[in-house]
Amino acid sequence: MAVITVERKPLSFLERTYLPNIAAGLATTFKRMVQPSETLEYPEVRPEIPVGYRGVPTLVYDPHGREKCVSCQLCEFVCPPKAIRITPGEIPADSPNAHVEKAPKEFKIDMLRCIYCGLCQEVCPEEAIWLQNQYSMTGLTREEMVNDKKRLYELGGTLPDTHFKWDKKKAAEEAAAHGGHH
Amino acid sequence: MFDFYFELPLLLRLVLQGTAVILVLFPLAAACSMAERKVSAWIQGRPGPNRTVPPFLAWIPGISILQKLGIFQLAADGGKFTFKEDVVPGHVNAFYFILAPIASMIPALTTVAFIPFGAYFTELADGTMKLVPIALTNLDVGLLAVFALGSLGVYSLILAGWASNSKYPFLGGVRASAQLISYELSMTLSVLPVFLWVNAPGGPGTLSLFDVVQSQSQPGFFGGMWYIFLMPLSAFIFLIALFAETNRQPFDMPESEADLVGGFHTEYGAFKWSLFFVAEYAHMIVGSGIFCLLFLGGWNPLPWVTLADVVNFGAGFLPLIASPLVMGVIGITLFLLKVGFFIFFFMWVRWTLPRFRYDQVMTLGWKKLLPLSIANLVLYAILIAVKDLYFPNL
Amino acid sequence: MSDLLFHLFAVFTVACALGVVFNKNAVASALCLLLSLVGVAGLFVLLDAFLLAVLLVLVYAGAVVALFLFIIMLLDMQGGDRKRFTKATLVSSTVAGGLLITGLVSFATRGLNHTTILAEVPVVGNSLRAYAEQLFTVYLLPVQIVGFLLLIAMLGVIVLSKKFEGLEDIK
Ligand code: SF4
Ligand code: SF4
Repeated sequence: MAVITVERKPLSFLERTYLPNIAAGLATTFKRMVQPSETLEYPEVRPEIPVGYRGVPTLVYDPHGREKCVSCQLCEFVCPPKAIRITPGEIPADSPNAHVEKAPKEFKIDMLRCIYCGLCQEVCPEEAIWLQNQYSMTGLTREEMVNDKKRLYELGGTLPDTHFKWDKKKAAEEAAAHGGHH
Repeated sequence: MFDFYFELPLLLRLVLQGTAVILVLFPLAAACSMAERKVSAWIQGRPGPNRTVPPFLAWIPGISILQKLGIFQLAADGGKFTFKEDVVPGHVNAFYFILAPIASMIPALTTVAFIPFGAYFTELADGTMKLVPIALTNLDVGLLAVFALGSLGVYSLILAGWASNSKYPFLGGVRASAQLISYELSMTLSVLPVFLWVNAPGGPGTLSLFDVVQSQSQPGFFGGMWYIFLMPLSAFIFLIALFAETNRQPFDMPESEADLVGGFHTEYGAFKWSLFFVAEYAHMIVGSGIFCLLFLGGWNPLPWVTLADVVNFGAGFLPLIASPLVMGVIGITLFLLKVGFFIFFFMWVRWTLPRFRYDQVMTLGWKKLLPLSIANLVLYAILIAVKDLYFPNL
Repeated sequence: MSDLLFHLFAVFTVACALGVVFNKNAVASALCLLLSLVGVAGLFVLLDAFLLAVLLVLVYAGAVVALFLFIIMLLDMQGGDRKRFTKATLVSSTVAGGLLITGLVSFATRGLNHTTILAEVPVVGNSLRAYAEQLFTVYLLPVQIVGFLLLIAMLGVIVLSKKFEGLEDIK
């Protein structure tokens, strides 16, 4: 590639005094000053959270109210700062969700460790853990900063879902048991 | 009405006046710091401090305006600086370390004594009216006195830097001493043409600030002209030197937090630290005042329109206006408006320009400003001589 | 009142001047010099010579001592151990001190013999105008001579502080 030498014009006398530029700078700042400020008055006015925002990781229910996490512990394994602690548990046989077999007994995310990387959401095979638009986590003690299962579901709520893969699987199994084969 | 005041013993009166000055200047300087935060916020598109309000006052309707202006934040800051633990680090030279902020108050609070803030008519014994300045002292050498006392301000910076006994404050102190000496020269030289003009042959032979304003309040084209129009170059040099002398950006080498942490005040905190800043703002107020007196006609509302004109005009409608009290208040208000604008200008520049490098400061001072101010002096000396010789009646 | 102030300022000035000489620390010495100059300025004020007082503070206290401090800090001078007097300094300082004292004594005694009336002393230090007139008429020659001396001193300093390699550099 050819080298292009840029002609540099020698500075004119006025330019060398910097005064026109200083005046221009002053004009710019003055314009800024009379413009309305761009700050949001935070606690009263909340910022708009864009789609795809990575806030506090939360656990979600599916539209039938089933907790989606099956405590496979993949997220616990992938979490870089080891913020997640899961105690796996069984689903009692009399539950309507007994076919899912497993659910977390306890699920803890230490928000003092979490780095909001979103890997847990990415790795989860059940789409059970989501980083949603909750951005302000505060607490007065270290214990308060650890979100337990109850709190995680409170924060997460229900997300729309169309897969219902466990229900489909159960239906398929039942159909197979009745009809022998497809 | 105020005769009882003039019957008090002189010493008591002086003490009262002095206390009044401190009581006015101290909060004024503090208010400047709030103004600085507000101006910087506005320039950067922020609202600035606007939330503090004492809960027991919050019910008053309309108080939110004061709250938005950060008035209570100012009080909170003041309280914080006063009650914070005042640390003296172990490695400093304690005597000079404590002396430095106190020394900074001396020039800051004394220079204001020489500044006339306004003027009023008083009736002499023979019935004629005479314009009298409102100032603590109206010295014949007023300007020199301000320069002299103001130049003592550098010692607080040097002492602070030296007594802190650590690297960055030390560098700040060294820079302060060199910078302030360098710009003092140009500053003094730049005002000389003004006094050459004022002290034309047969003139009063004075360096009094009041007389400078008086000579800008004469009838005629040149008589009523503010000196900023007559000597723009002088005003320009004086303004730049003023920036350097008050350590304001872009000349705040002694502080220069980018390369010297906090410069001379790195080791300071709490009340001692705030004293430095009260001093800086007091210097700014006094410096702006001097600029307004020398180049902007002091308390005259407009070029070619003097305070006396306005008051005489107004007295036609409302005789009360010509009373010394009202006239004094009008004059002081006009003067303080101009000073206020200049303080704003200082802040405006601070939040616009980047800081110079130290060698640039020195080059500017010695190689640009000093020759320029000498040339300016010679030019005006010749011009004024020509005018006095050939057009004495102009 | 003014007598009392005179004595206060006089004692203050002399005490600070002694401080300059006896202080081990260079910075403290310079500050004593500053205070001493302020004391002298105070004496001038008592004599109604405002102009001289102000000029003294402006030039010496404001600039020269600041320059001293600048140099002291730049060279980072510590007190260090003092050199013992050599014979030459001892002799020359005795002679100089003796001359100074003789001068002072003769000055003071003559002043005592003369009784000047205060009103007759020409006041030239208080108003700028009188001062300038004296400077440009009576004392014009001394002022010029002092000016030249300062110029020569300045040139000397420049020559001394620049390391000239040879004659070529000067041209
Ligand atoms: S949240 Fe997802 S990845 Fe984590 S244990 Fe539950 S199902 Fe597995
Ligand atoms: S966002 Fe990242 S750090 Fe936080 S819990 Fe999930 S994987 Fe761990």
